[in-house]
Amino acid sequence: MTEPFIHLRSVRKLYRKGREEFLAISDATFDVMPGELVSLVGPSGCGKSTLLKVLAGLHGHEGGDLRIGSSAHAFDPSRDVGMVFQAPLLLKWRRILENVLLPAEILGLPMTQAKERARALLALVGLSGFEDKYPYELSGGMQQRAAIARALIHDPKLVLMDEPFGALDALTREKMNLELLRIWKESGKTIVFVTHGISEAVFLGTRVVVLTAGPARMADNFEISLPYPRTLDMKTQERFGEYTRRIYKLLGME
Amino acid sequence: MDRLNDTLTRYAIAVLAHIALVVVWYLFVKLGEVPKFVMPSPLETLDALLSPNYGWWSNIAVTATEIFAGYFLALAAGVALALVFTWSKLLETFFMPLLVSLNMIPKVALGPLIIVWFKYGVLPNTLIAFSIALFPILLTTARGLREIEPEMLDLVRGLRGTRWQLFTKIQLPGALPYIFSGMKVAAILAVAGAIVGEFLGSDKGLGYLMLQVQVTLDTPAMFMAVILITLIGVALYGMVLALERLLVVKDARLD
Repeated sequence: MTEPFIHLRSVRKLYRKGREEFLAISDATFDVMPGELVSLVGPSGCGKSTLLKVLAGLHGHEGGDLRIGSSAHAFDPSRDVGMVFQAPLLLKWRRILENVLLPAEILGLPMTQAKERARALLALVGLSGFEDKYPYELSGGMQQRAAIARALIHDPKLVLMDEPFGALDALTREKMNLELLRIWKESGKTIVFVTHGISEAVFLGTRVVVLTAGPARMADNFEISLPYPRTLDMKTQERFGEYTRRIYKLLGME
Repeated sequence: MDRLNDTLTRYAIAVLAHIALVVVWYLFVKLGEVPKFVMPSPLETLDALLSPNYGWWSNIAVTATEIFAGYFLALAAGVALALVFTWSKLLETFFMPLLVSLNMIPKVALGPLIIVWFKYGVLPNTLIAFSIALFPILLTTARGLREIEPEMLDLVRGLRGTRWQLFTKIQLPGALPYIFSGMKVAAILAVAGAIVGEFLGSDKGLGYLMLQVQVTLDTPAMFMAVILITLIGVALYGMVLALERLLVVKDARLD
């Protein structure tokens, strides 16, 4: 059996606001294998984003055990995390290529190679020919593609995505889901994908971790045994429906 | 091609509007038989420019010096102070409310005091222009430096980026549109500041000249002086606009 890439056991996270303390995550326990795409699904405010920030090393945690990396996959938190947020967060004054290069600049990577890599990544996300455009010249979906390329520029082992398609219209979102699966397959990254879209979580994930709200509590963690490449017509299959119903039930919506 | 035509058309209409204003001015004076000391015609105004008695060039030089010196002093001080505030939360918490209150003082009201402290001449007028131009630049720059999305901060911190990288790569370029927005407001105010200084007490400059010729009801010269003051302001404003076009990406520009 392979060692998990991410290993969480009873991870707790407290927030302090003045004198008050409240629990943002009460007990997160799950494993992510190398190369997996795990969906974290739950209602708004359930602490999914907080959990992602804990994984990114931006927040500490109070109790439990959190380990990222394994003997086969060493992990350096400063270089091995790529992040994509709901907003593309592209810098308006930089061209797309320069935006993709930002993490490489911050890490001080050799620029000639980084540029080459940025071009290759832009091709991977379907943005060839847009290298010298400014963000405002691109649609929302295209901006998010550029943000994904930026998250991959320093070749991180782990990509954390916080509702990256939440601001897109439904059709673009479906298209981006397919694109993400393709990029994931081609890049071989481990991805943790936070969403409140139940169908999106099932469609993308090799595994779905369900969190319930206030404080975030692990409600379930199960594998999605639908084959890849996934296609949109799988969404109408009975098995897909079983998965989504299972999540709806956990979230108390049935 | 269509877009070029549109731009050209808009420029042409703008030029036309200005010419129309001069024509209306001319017709008003001629048809209304308005006496010259109330309102001179465009030609009489232009005549004043050709008379050597007024020393136009040296007065323009003085006024322009006051405006530009005060303005660039305000730009340097305003941006520098805003930078200090972003680096030190303590200084910002202490000084920012104070500066907001000081901003409420009508700077023109300080004119007589500044003249008491610094005597007549270019220096006090420069200082009045400076004091009036400082605040818009300082306040908008400070605001621009604060405008940073928390998630962008996460992104940089996740990569263990330094404070300096955050500042040079994200904060400062992000603040540029704000700095320019403050600079545009300040450009107009600096002109007003210098002229008020010259009105209050001065022995040279276009504002001073206006008071001199007012005594003899030399309205054409007064008109010409106003036009020249405006042109100095237009030059300054135009410079700021050109610089903004050069440095700020179209989409990022404010107003």
